[in-house]
Amino acid sequence: MTEENLALEIRHVTKRFPGVLANDDVSFTLRKGEIHALLGENGAGKTTLMNVVYGLYTQDEGEFLIDNNVVEINGPSDAINYGIGMVHQHFMLVPVFSVTENMILGSEVTKGTSLDLRRARREILEISEAHGLEVDPDAIVENIPVGVQQRVEILKALYRKANILVLDEPTAVLTPQEAEDLFRVMRALTEKGVSIIFITHKLKEVLNVADRITVMRRGKVVGHTSPHETDQKGLAAMMVGREVLLEVKKAPAKPGDVVLEVANLTIEGERGLEVVKDISFEVRAGEILGIAGVQGNGQTELVEAITGLRSIDAGEIVLMGKKVPFENPRYLVENGMGHVPEDRHKHGLVLPYNLADNFVLCTYYQKPFAGQMLMRNHQAVFENAVGLIKRFDVRAPGADVPASTLSGGNQQKVIVGREFSRPLKVLVANQPTRGLDVGSIEYIHKEIVKMRDEGVGVVVISAEIDEILSLADRIAIMYRGKIVTTVDAKDATREQLGLWMAGVQPEAA
Amino acid sequence: MQNTISLPTPVSPIKHFIKKWGATIFVTLTVIVITIWQYSVDGRVTEAVLASTIRQSTPLVLGALCGLLGERSGVINIGIEGQMLLGAFVGFLVNVWTGNLLVAVFAAIFTGAIMGLLLAYMSVHLKMDQIIGGTVITTLAFGLTGYFYQVGLTTEGKLLPIPLGPLADIPLIGRAVFNNPPITYATFVLVILVHYVLFYTKWGLRTRAVGEHPRAADTLGVDVYKVRYINVIAGGAIAGLAGGFLTLEAVGSFERAMTNGRGFVALAVMLFGKYTPLGAWGAALLFGFANAMQTQLQFADIQVAHQFIGMLPYVLTIVILSGFVGRTRVPAADGVPYEKE
Ligand SMILES: Nc1ncnc2c1ncn2[C@@H]1O[C@H](COP(=O)(O)OP(=O)(O)OP(=O)(O)O)[C@@H](O)[C@H]1O
Ligand SMILES: [Mg+2]
Repeated sequence: MTEENLALEIRHVTKRFPGVLANDDVSFTLRKGEIHALLGENGAGKTTLMNVVYGLYTQDEGEFLIDNNVVEINGPSDAINYGIGMVHQHFMLVPVFSVTENMILGSEVTKGTSLDLRRARREILEISEAHGLEVDPDAIVENIPVGVQQRVEILKALYRKANILVLDEPTAVLTPQEAEDLFRVMRALTEKGVSIIFITHKLKEVLNVADRITVMRRGKVVGHTSPHETDQKGLAAMMVGREVLLEVKKAPAKPGDVVLEVANLTIEGERGLEVVKDISFEVRAGEILGIAGVQGNGQTELVEAITGLRSIDAGEIVLMGKKVPFENPRYLVENGMGHVPEDRHKHGLVLPYNLADNFVLCTYYQKPFAGQMLMRNHQAVFENAVGLIKRFDVRAPGADVPASTLSGGNQQKVIVGREFSRPLKVLVANQPTRGLDVGSIEYIHKEIVKMRDEGVGVVVISAEIDEILSLADRIAIMYRGKIVTTVDAKDATREQLGLWMAGVQPEAA
Repeated sequence: MQNTISLPTPVSPIKHFIKKWGATIFVTLTVIVITIWQYSVDGRVTEAVLASTIRQSTPLVLGALCGLLGERSGVINIGIEGQMLLGAFVGFLVNVWTGNLLVAVFAAIFTGAIMGLLLAYMSVHLKMDQIIGGTVITTLAFGLTGYFYQVGLTTEGKLLPIPLGPLADIPLIGRAVFNNPPITYATFVLVILVHYVLFYTKWGLRTRAVGEHPRAADTLGVDVYKVRYINVIAGGAIAGLAGGFLTLEAVGSFERAMTNGRGFVALAVMLFGKYTPLGAWGAALLFGFANAMQTQLQFADIQVAHQFIGMLPYVLTIVILSGFVGRTRVPAADGVPYEKE
């Protein structure tokens, strides 16, 4: 091969965690101005490799070259100085800070001894305009939807003038439209000489934007390819090591009685804005209702209200014919509601707890997990965990490791395992496959359909039109806090859903 | 499609203002009314009450500054009492040996800083439980001072009030505010300074980020350990100064356990002040005021057991502050050691 123009070269990196070989002699090259996709199953070691490059972890073996020179990266500030920017898989944003404060943290602009927030604000608006990534610099991060938070993350790297940009599953929280915008931004950046490492589980995107593709499995690089040498099926097989079904197989639904009814629900969000406006719908046993909508149109609040995490301002929720007391998650849990939350760190897991404890978060006080007197039945808790880890194929060294040490996708499987293993009447799944690899998506979709066939009423909220189309029996489209229309999945087309999600009003039929 | 979008109506700014400042304004007005009423009855008593309010609040607000510097960066400090006590003791001893009050004040500050370093080492470096770390410091301070204290040591006096020219002659507040000894003036400055540093500077932004989401700060090249060390040490120095206030400015001598729980009250003051220096100052002044009123009531001819009157400032503070001051938001990473990998 001729002398290549490399922005970054990773040579023989090995990284071990207690009980896990996360990166096993990994080598990787990034050419100047290319988009290099890094693919692999959940837990393959992609994030770990990037964290090593970014200086968050220290490698056990191996070295890095930037612009063909060996460099020492001892911490994120070194990485930033070498022009490496990283958008982390899980947001690295301070929730109580404003967008501006988050952007400048660590690279503050000052005037005398004071922070110059006004100048920072102006610079942020400039960059955000230049790249078409719209943000409100004064918004408090915890009040803005995840999609916008992701935008802030990307801007953060651009603000630091990164010329090697690592995007660790940036599209996991984006809508197709937003993802398209991001790809445009990415292409524009590569034209300016920025090189991008792009991690994703969405094979379509990879084929769409990547120049080259590297696939990892169980800590090792298992192959290189490029979009014109392969297709989705080929990539999936390469990642998982077997054939993967990319479509859901399901029989027509046999809807039964109404299990969940939402009537005239209205929710005021922060600053007194109505985020959910007079929403009504019902879900029957044995059907899947898909709620499609662009992130931030009230789905988060709607789900939080249904699952007891948020108070409402008007309306009622009826579960199995009984009016639900508000803000009472335990009532819901005990009456057969399962919830796969959107934000797995905030509402899904207790990160410092081990897997076994996370698996019994809803049931720890019941038999068999609560033993005699005030004691716990550790054996039952662990047996439960071992069973679920096996059944849901969670990649972890054991049931006693903290949930925080799992890869993102495996954390999601822990939540899904916990919820699906309880006796359910209603399942509310908000972005259930976000961040999962194709093999796991196939598995979780199969499980959701199985739930439905066993007579559970399922609500799936997703910003992925494909996921909604392949899972749902009926589809409701949410826009600006309202359900604009509900259609039978048989009659829905991708294009039509896309238009409705973007706010085009349905024709009065 | 344009006709369907109705613009949402935000909450009125007046409502928002009342929610945010109502309690503060109400309490302040009440205090002013009581003061004016009392002034009309007896001016000298009022002046004494105000001066005492300032005096009592000084060590509390200094202690609260120490606490909030730590907690804003994610380190709980319940060793303030110990840092104060040891600062008071060393300041006193140095005054006895050298007879130089300025050197003594710096000795107190330095002692507090060393204790801060010890706490930082235990909680940041060793990742010890921070409550235990703080308890270690307090116990250590009580043990050391109790052991080395000798009865009968005397000093060359204490820091004296410096009247600020004509300002000190303003009726009602002149004596209380503009005729104070140096550490009290320094406290005024420190409150403003810490508030400024915390909310308007680069260092403050980093401190708050480290206390909320250390990993996010780390990914942006902020040295989490360094930020925590420096804040805890600075806090310790301020607690040491509070100790110096007790022996070198307020009392002029040392007694065993003379901090008398102020380090812990300071923690309450910090909480009531919602982890802000200005808020803590308000809370400390309120507590000091209630305490001063209580002392006056002891002299008045009321047929109530003095223990009950003695309780008054505590009860009043709790009622007012828990009733009116809204929820306090604790820094998210408060008390959690940071693991790098
Ligand atoms: N801090 C840690 N301590 C211990 N083990 C860890 C830690 N971080 C990651 N691991 C382990 O290393 C392996 C690789 O994880 P990594 O997060 O790199 O996977 P990934 O490829 O990014 O997966 P995903 O697609 O699910 O995000 C996993 O088995 C994970 O459990
Ligand atoms: Mg990952």
